[in-house]
Amino acid sequence: MINNASDLGAVPLALLADTNCEDLEKAVATNVLGPFRLTKALLGALSASVREGRAALVINISSDAAVTPYPKWGAYGASKAALRHLTEIWNQELSVEGVRFLSFDPGDMDTPMHALAVPDADRTTLKTAEAAARELITAIETALTGPHSSK
Amino acid sequence: MIAATAPVQRSPRAKVMVVDPSGQIRHLPRPALIELIQPGDLVVANDAATIPASLSGVHLPSDRPIEVRLAGVPSLDPHNREFSAVVFGEGDFHTRTEDRPRPPSLAAGDQLQMGPLSAKILHLLDHPRLILLEFDHSRDELWAGLAHHGRPIQYSHVPVPLALWDVWTPIAGPPVAFEPPSAGFALSWQLVTEMRVAGAQFKTITHAAGLSSTGDPELDKRLPFDEPYRVPRATADAINQAKSSGKRIIAVGTTVVRALEHAVHEGKIAAGENLATERIDVRTRLQVVDALLSGTHEPGTSHYELLRAFLTDAELEQLTTELNMREYHTHEFGDSVLVSRTFNKLAEDKPRCQIPMSELCEQPSLVDLNHQPPGPELEQVKI
Repeated sequence: MINNASDLGAVPLALLADTNCEDLEKAVATNVLGPFRLTKALLGALSASVREGRAALVINISSDAAVTPYPKWGAYGASKAALRHLTEIWNQELSVEGVRFLSFDPGDMDTPMHALAVPDADRTTLKTAEAAARELITAIETALTGPHSSK
Repeated sequence: MIAATAPVQRSPRAKVMVVDPSGQIRHLPRPALIELIQPGDLVVANDAATIPASLSGVHLPSDRPIEVRLAGVPSLDPHNREFSAVVFGEGDFHTRTEDRPRPPSLAAGDQLQMGPLSAKILHLLDHPRLILLEFDHSRDELWAGLAHHGRPIQYSHVPVPLALWDVWTPIAGPPVAFEPPSAGFALSWQLVTEMRVAGAQFKTITHAAGLSSTGDPELDKRLPFDEPYRVPRATADAINQAKSSGKRIIAVGTTVVRALEHAVHEGKIAAGENLATERIDVRTRLQVVDALLSGTHEPGTSHYELLRAFLTDAELEQLTTELNMREYHTHEFGDSVLVSRTFNKLAEDKPRCQIPMSELCEQPSLVDLNHQPPGPELEQVKI
């Protein structure tokens, strides 16, 4: 399961002090609660796969904003930080079940979301979504064959 | 018994009544369930997720309102569009099932419209309220329609409309159950992970749990309807290994008992999909399941009859008395029982042999006329 859908929260990006409460809630709802609800709903199916001898992996799309406190990226950054933290805890809690959780940071991609966040970015410096997807596939293959890890 | 009326699956006040093989009864808080799991135990649960199988709609030929409750399918194939269903007249779950008005006269060919879903009655199933219908939709449209318009089947003892998450067990996977396999409400992920630490195993099957009530006494007598189930290879192997080393098999819920006792042939569980057609009752000689974790059931229900495969009638009467005396709650959100097949029941089950002191007395397959091996349609599932 890949939890990819994300929300910036405030658009245009704003200082936390200028961020509407509702925009922070929106970022938390999509970036934290969404993956949380889906994981609960699908955990039975994921663990059944493991019991039947197949691998099960949950990938939560992350960001360097989850780690580095960039000004004006507060709503997005805080919600992604929460998701990253949940991912690590889920991974530990469910290691005995064999369901693995992974955070994946695709880097800065040339997407409509990036354009909303940084309208004047030099698009030539941005990764294509296809390139990020290929890196994600490599990360999945590594996770399926490598030692148990959440990164 | 007192009806549990709130959709709380794991109340900290939930109780479990334990009947051990000697017939001795004790009571525990159900959050302490892990204390009852011994090293080597194999706990088998039903991982079916509950379909929102109640569909309000209109019977187009008469233009009258109906409620359709999907009740069965011929197989677990997700492409299947044929369902058996029980049809009610107008109204909803707030009215007791037996007091619901009858549907209009139903006939083969009748069109039904339920929100975005349209279906045709293929034919009646020997009862004016039991139909075989076919949806006029692609698989994706059908499931989107069920997700948007369907509601969980529920009964008048729970006044609040149930959300789908109220009726999924924490381990729920494939959406094939028409009502929740509610014994699984006692499970938490904490309990499941603790089982391994306790040296026990946790495996699952998938069984299309059906309706518990139709509102019509004649139709109720036919419950449970035929229910498809699937035993994964890993589960079959674990059960066969556990049985051959004398370990205890604990079934979480009556659907697991039904599936496993149907899937066994000459002492071994077969992996794959099949259709459970027999009822578990007083005549059943259990071959697989040693103990059952289930809800509390009233006399007169098919679940109660199933307990007669585990306990003598005297023991069952004692259990019922204790449940009432201790004010146990019943129905899907109620308290639980963990019932072992007792020595007394085993003694009662021993075939009365016509040829005393003969080898024939020791071979149950010769004198046990009640167990039917699974039908020839058994398939191995590719994993």
